[in-house]
Amino acid sequence: MQEQDLQLIRNIIVRAKRWDAFFGVLGVFALMVGVLTFAALFVDMAIQGIPRLDGDFFTSFPSRRAGQAGILSAWVGTVLVMMVTAMAAVPLGIAAGVYLEEYAPKNWVTDIIEINITNLAGVPSIVYGLLALGLFVYQFGFGQSILSAGLTLALLILPVVIVATRESIRAIPQIIREGSYACGATTWQTVRDHILPYSSPGILTGVIIGMARAIGETAPIITIGALTFIAFLPPLPGAGEPPAGLFDWLFAPFTVMPIQMFNWTSRPEAAFQVNAAAAGFVLVLMTLAMNGAAIWLRYRLRKNIKW
Amino acid sequence: MSVTAPMPSLPVAAAKVSERLRKKASRHVAERVIELLLFGAALLSVFTTAAIVYVLVSESWVFFEHVPLKDFLFDTQWTPLFDDAHFGIMVLLSGTITSSAVALVVAIPLGTIIAIYLSEFAPFAVREVAKPFLELLGGVPTIIYGYFALVFLTPLLQKIYPDLPGFNLLSAGLVMGVMIIPYVASLSEDAMRAVPMSLREGSYAMGATRLQTALRVVMPAATSGIASAYILGISRAVGETMILAVAGGMQPNLTFNPAEPGATITSFIVQVALGDLPHGSIGYQTIFAAGLSLMLMTLFFNLLGYWLRKKYREVY
Amino acid sequence: MNDNMIDASTEQQDLKVKAECRNLNFHYGAFHALKSINLPVYEKKVTALIGPSGCGKSTLLRSFNRMHDLYPGNRYEGEIVMHPDDTNLLAKEVDPIEVRMRISMVFQKPNPFPKSVYENVAYSLRVRGMKSKSELDDRVEHALKGAALWGEVSNRLNDLGANLSGGQQQRLCIARALASDPEILLFDEPTSALDPIATASIEELVTELKDTVTILIVTHNMQQAARISDFTAYMYLGEMIEFGVTDQLFIKPQKKQTEDYITGRFG
Repeated sequence: MQEQDLQLIRNIIVRAKRWDAFFGVLGVFALMVGVLTFAALFVDMAIQGIPRLDGDFFTSFPSRRAGQAGILSAWVGTVLVMMVTAMAAVPLGIAAGVYLEEYAPKNWVTDIIEINITNLAGVPSIVYGLLALGLFVYQFGFGQSILSAGLTLALLILPVVIVATRESIRAIPQIIREGSYACGATTWQTVRDHILPYSSPGILTGVIIGMARAIGETAPIITIGALTFIAFLPPLPGAGEPPAGLFDWLFAPFTVMPIQMFNWTSRPEAAFQVNAAAAGFVLVLMTLAMNGAAIWLRYRLRKNIKW
Repeated sequence: MSVTAPMPSLPVAAAKVSERLRKKASRHVAERVIELLLFGAALLSVFTTAAIVYVLVSESWVFFEHVPLKDFLFDTQWTPLFDDAHFGIMVLLSGTITSSAVALVVAIPLGTIIAIYLSEFAPFAVREVAKPFLELLGGVPTIIYGYFALVFLTPLLQKIYPDLPGFNLLSAGLVMGVMIIPYVASLSEDAMRAVPMSLREGSYAMGATRLQTALRVVMPAATSGIASAYILGISRAVGETMILAVAGGMQPNLTFNPAEPGATITSFIVQVALGDLPHGSIGYQTIFAAGLSLMLMTLFFNLLGYWLRKKYREVY
Repeated sequence: MNDNMIDASTEQQDLKVKAECRNLNFHYGAFHALKSINLPVYEKKVTALIGPSGCGKSTLLRSFNRMHDLYPGNRYEGEIVMHPDDTNLLAKEVDPIEVRMRISMVFQKPNPFPKSVYENVAYSLRVRGMKSKSELDDRVEHALKGAALWGEVSNRLNDLGANLSGGQQQRLCIARALASDPEILLFDEPTSALDPIATASIEELVTELKDTVTILIVTHNMQQAARISDFTAYMYLGEMIEFGVTDQLFIKPQKKQTEDYITGRFG
């Protein structure tokens, strides 16, 4: 190659690399848009809300006077609704995931189920709210209750649990199954003794992510007509007269954290905006903690894989 | 995998063994019962879809007995709760389209750049931090984003553009865009990472730089996956509710100007649900008609995305 | 310089060295993959690298165009010097992209880009900033002719590269590598994924190409090395065991290890 050709090549490379460097900066900049938005959101909410976060805020009911209002009924409601959601979504989601990975034959029924799950994952949450309004609230007569809300959110996060279950089951090598079958185990014994134990950390990750999403969901709960001003606690599980009273809590009216926050956000007075910031800050911390735990769990899992 | 086919029975001579094998029949029944239970759980997804369709269609049916489809599609006013009721879905659709367009103008370029950066440029350590961070960003409840748009971004935009009303589609759309970035970025990145290394090597071996390789080889190879990420982003934007309900204003407004307040299909449903509409009234049924329109739109996008994803899985 | 090389050069006086490895060592992390390699690559000749799997022949080949720089944890020591400008290709200050523009490569499995036949070949020119349509057309046609593919694809230049047959795809990759007039062409077991007929056409092509370009080829097929190369290097466990004129090396190897390998007693 001639000397001047080499020089030509070098000039081309210098120019091409300038674009490379430019894009490197652009990529960091794009990431920064996300980082800065999140930082602004978090810091703004913290500055506004933290002064409001004292013990009383957690132990008071909402009030017409902003200074005395609290989130007691909201966080209790969230805990109760999440219990219903977890009790419905976790077993159903895991069962469906196990079926699809370990049992399902390759046929059109399976295809339909798979397409349905993919589609349900993309259905807007408010549509689940409409489903619940028509089905749980009126058809089944559950009313605007903890049960209706919990089941609605369970349906909403079901695809998340199913997908997480399937992915962690799929990560188990075939030789493990063959080893189990070779010992004379049935399909269910293989699932119970091997598949589920080995995939449980991955499933747990998916369950936590799903629950974190359910905690923050607002639209479907508004849609079922959950009241926004609840200045009392629902009966606690098991508190009523047995046997029927034990389930009173399921049919009680309730409010949850995001609804309470939405309620305060839509008030014009500045004092209620501060309450909204405080409630929002608690909500963000809850979801961050859950998502963080899930990410950490998955990270540990990835490091500890020993197949 | 399925191992439900019965094993061929072995010619076992010893009586002791056949005694033990007698349990096999009951074991077989138990296995079948468990399989049926699991199948039932999986089938629930089909029931859910069917129930959604049933609820939306049956309630909308009543609605369309009162409101001709022609009015629904072409009327330019949406005043379902007035005495002089009009039901032009276009009004709500314009809000949905406008806010989604703003969101996508933010999310698609930024999400794509982040995906290329993380897949082709970023050092390992950056990727290890950035991916979980994006995931956290995607996990923030949308009500929080709505609050942020209303009390932080709108006042900020008003400093630049003083005429901006307190509720507007612009601020809601921008924040919605940031909310969608993680979805677009992470799905596009997955698609790019699925491009085999041999193609990248081929390009680098020609003396291409990272950017040339990313733009001319990796992205074209990942087109359908990236397209499905965009589709998912659109579907998210169309279905997003709380950001718009909080920061977009809920007045129905036939406009494509993001600097105005406006209602979307989703925020209208919230608005109605917040009020006290009697079950069975026409106002109550409007939200199902609105929901049906929303469902049809997202269904279209989801199926398109599903088809595109399947297509790119087939390539490798 | 080792003895074998002097042997070779005394036989053919007009030989020019295009590039040479001088005391080349290579590490994948803690693994010492190439050990003090010395190897001349003669201009416009075919040099074959043979040896059992894992002997380091592909690693050596990929050092020539700095492909190892794509992955973290790799380290070179020593030099690969390119003549006539005496550039050490492995030097830190030499840009790997510059090296790859001078030395192109054909891979084990055909890896056409998901683009048209035309764009596949034009790619290496576009990377160099060539935009003129007529110039691109000329060079693409020339490269496709050089890779003996023009006749088969001249009427389907806009088809996807992936729609060609395996052998055609590999020739397309050769055309892609030829389009930018490289000084050296590297082949990494180019026929291992092909059927015998496609293999024969690639082999024929390689022998034709050596009139215009210097070729370094890795192969695990000894007959192939014997058929198409002028010089052969036998490697084992990261070391260069023997280098010499192909005929001599196959008929009368100097080292016992080489003889064992080529007679099939091992490997």
